[in-house]
Amino acid sequence: MYDVIIIGSGVSGAAAARELSRYRVKACVLEKEEDVCSGTSKANSAIIHAGFDAASGSLMAKLNVEGNRMLPGLSKELDFPFEMCGSLVVCLDQDGLPALEALRDRGIANGVTGLELITDRNRIREMEPNLTETVVAVLYAPTAGIVCPFGMNIALAENACTNGVEFQFNTEVQSIRKTEGGWALETNQGPFETRVVVNAAGVYADRFHNMVSEKKIHITPRKGEYCLLDKSAGQHVNHTIFALPDKLGKGVLVTRTIHGNLLVGPTATDIEDKDSTSTTREGLDQLIAKAGKNVDRLPMRQVITSFAGLRAHEDGHEFIIEELADAPGFVDCAGIESPGLTSCPAVGKRVAEIVRSILSLEPDPDFVGTRKGILDPKTLSMEEHAALIREKPAYGTILCRCEMISEGEILDAIHRPLGAKSLDGVKRRTRAGMGRCQAGFCSPRTMEILHRELGIPVTELTKFGGGSRLVAGTNKDML
Amino acid sequence: MKQIDIVIIGGGPAGLAAAISARDSGVKSILILERDKELGGILNQCIHNGFGLHTFKEELTGPEYAQRFEDQLHARKIDYMLSTMVMEISPDKVVTAMNRTEGLFQIRAKAIVLAMGCRERPRGALNIPGSRPAGIYSAGTAQRLVNMEGFLPGREVVILGSGDIGLIMARRMTLEGARVKVVAELQPYSGGLKRNIVQCLDDYGIPLKLSHTVVDIHGRERLEGVTLAQVDEHLKPIPGTEEFYSCDTLLLSVGLIPENELSASMGVRMNPITSGPLVNESLETNIEGVFACGNVLHVHDLVDFVSEEAKAAGKHAAQYVQGDRQPPGHAVELAAANGVRYTVPSRLDVDRMENLVTVRFRVGQVFQDCYISVYFDNQRVQHLKKRALAPGEMEEVTLKKEILSQYPDLHTITFKVEKG
Repeated sequence: MYDVIIIGSGVSGAAAARELSRYRVKACVLEKEEDVCSGTSKANSAIIHAGFDAASGSLMAKLNVEGNRMLPGLSKELDFPFEMCGSLVVCLDQDGLPALEALRDRGIANGVTGLELITDRNRIREMEPNLTETVVAVLYAPTAGIVCPFGMNIALAENACTNGVEFQFNTEVQSIRKTEGGWALETNQGPFETRVVVNAAGVYADRFHNMVSEKKIHITPRKGEYCLLDKSAGQHVNHTIFALPDKLGKGVLVTRTIHGNLLVGPTATDIEDKDSTSTTREGLDQLIAKAGKNVDRLPMRQVITSFAGLRAHEDGHEFIIEELADAPGFVDCAGIESPGLTSCPAVGKRVAEIVRSILSLEPDPDFVGTRKGILDPKTLSMEEHAALIREKPAYGTILCRCEMISEGEILDAIHRPLGAKSLDGVKRRTRAGMGRCQAGFCSPRTMEILHRELGIPVTELTKFGGGSRLVAGTNKDML
Repeated sequence: MKQIDIVIIGGGPAGLAAAISARDSGVKSILILERDKELGGILNQCIHNGFGLHTFKEELTGPEYAQRFEDQLHARKIDYMLSTMVMEISPDKVVTAMNRTEGLFQIRAKAIVLAMGCRERPRGALNIPGSRPAGIYSAGTAQRLVNMEGFLPGREVVILGSGDIGLIMARRMTLEGARVKVVAELQPYSGGLKRNIVQCLDDYGIPLKLSHTVVDIHGRERLEGVTLAQVDEHLKPIPGTEEFYSCDTLLLSVGLIPENELSASMGVRMNPITSGPLVNESLETNIEGVFACGNVLHVHDLVDFVSEEAKAAGKHAAQYVQGDRQPPGHAVELAAANGVRYTVPSRLDVDRMENLVTVRFRVGQVFQDCYISVYFDNQRVQHLKKRALAPGEMEEVTLKKEILSQYPDLHTITFKVEKG
């Protein structure tokens, strides 16, 4: 019998797990995929919102601003990449000014600090030389930033794991039933019992909510497609560039990423299929057409990959983080769409507070709040780097040429808590395969290491678990 | 810091030929830095034959071709380091590299020969929509898995792109027991050598669909199929022509990109058409003493020509470190026009050039019964009849020093495709 079972190990589930691991609690995260960060958390804008978007007084607004304030500290504690690069909302004509002012006023009401409406074109040009000529004003938010979403999600989960939270992968919850002392969960890996359930199941959160509550919720997967550009295009903008929302919609953003690529997106299409992360011709064409509205000379020929993610859009467009009135001991963490990534530290805290109010948990004196990420030798001085290779020669072999990732980093990714088991697992932890050749060169090498270190036959190795096998067999095996 | 006369970046066919030629030109201090665990580069996975027809007048496999050069290298006792990654080259030719045994180290070079080869264009560069399952490989990655590791990437295969690696892999996958259903090519002509279309597709009954591309990719975990569609003259898919092919593997052979991140970061100027360095008659980049050859300079069809080009680069590098060069003299620009996409080199010095300089280039489309013309400023001086020209086949024209010397006011040599 667990005290708490968290369904889902995206950023929300992982943040909740990490906050709960501060207490003496028997907790377990059930994840249907083979790794953490496998759904919405892995495919988004990877930005940290300042907090002027959400309606004043909403939980979204509150947790956005709170999460934004927590992020600099959290990124240091858990050693994941984050940079406060600031964002600009671009206004292209005088008619848009009232909307821009309204955005600023809402930000101020939400508690966002440092907001500045800039109309001095020379200053705008200095801040962002590639903005389109016709820009008349920008709303500058210095507290906005960029983050590695995988890095943050993995760091939260690893830290929770180190502090005693269990993680069960490839475990899909099929049904939830009320019991005397809590809840019984049926999964494809057998039954689980728990006193409290935290429902952090992303686009599937409505399914679990609706299993236990009469007050139904409805989550629409809202697809967002993106194009990622080569690092040679990464300096095209200095800030995250938002379009001023108009009657045609929100427009797409252009941002550099924490790792120095350029990211363009997202589209917004409501779909039915909660598993469909396919990109579409229409979507990609739309991105290319829209991205150029605010930023000139976008080098769209430098796209190295495109991808799509699903936002978990609840009909009420609000975070639902509460113990259900008609299902005591069942805590929703649902409808976590943008600004969910930014809010996650605050979301986790809030979930933990709710669970504490149900279970009255004692603080765990052995809790360790810090975690070291995978060592990036590029951050070392030449002498330190040389010493590292002397001590651990695996750091002297580069496996991913594009991102210059060494075997040492890949070994670390495999052997640390909640280590990588698949090609994508290695990729999200180390960036091996994320560069301009998109894993063409390093895939066979990484497969060899996964095989060697984990004892998985090459024919059983996967891209991301399940049936995503990388090779079908050996030469001539069917002849 | 260690001092070396000529540091060669890459131990593939270009690096090997450059090193041998530099040694034969009298340079003692030469070092090849190779990132892989053996010399030979991509030739090691090219186990098909057809290599060496020009160089050795016989048909060799890739590894055999590489071995011939490695033997010459060993006979000359030229130094090389394997499993060694070059991290950075400074504009003043300090090379920072690392490996497991030496750790991180620096070498000061008098001359550098860039011979890093090229990489394959990935799916993302084409922006093909659809899902992102396992089973999508660039043809070269699949070639490595099959030929070096012994693994079959999949059983039912569609290949996009009729470049040579795609064609070769159609045959390889068939021989290893996979079923290659179709090779689709966006252009109305193949990007590969004619002999490969015959020997790799026709001989095995594999259809080649010209003017077709992949418009959708299906399957969540492992690839389940692709949708092909015909494209119009603007290369846009024609609605209504979509056709579903069930398959578990999609191989992409959609172009090669010279791998010039190191070159660009040291300040070498690039040709946006080739994605390789701009070089002069000595295959020297804008940085004095930095030379380039092979697929890092521009993508070749045949390794024989890589070796030939690299031999020239090695010789020029040797002349540079020996101080055995004419002072700069009469400089001439080389320009590409009317269907010719680029030239290598892109400039030459008449006083420094050797008696013959080979100018290599590609055309932008298929031409029938036409001429390659060479203009010295406005005067046509060569007019070479060609039955057919295609982007998939590199062309060359030889320029003679004795002729160029007769044009002291020559400013630009232009290469054109002309009708009649």
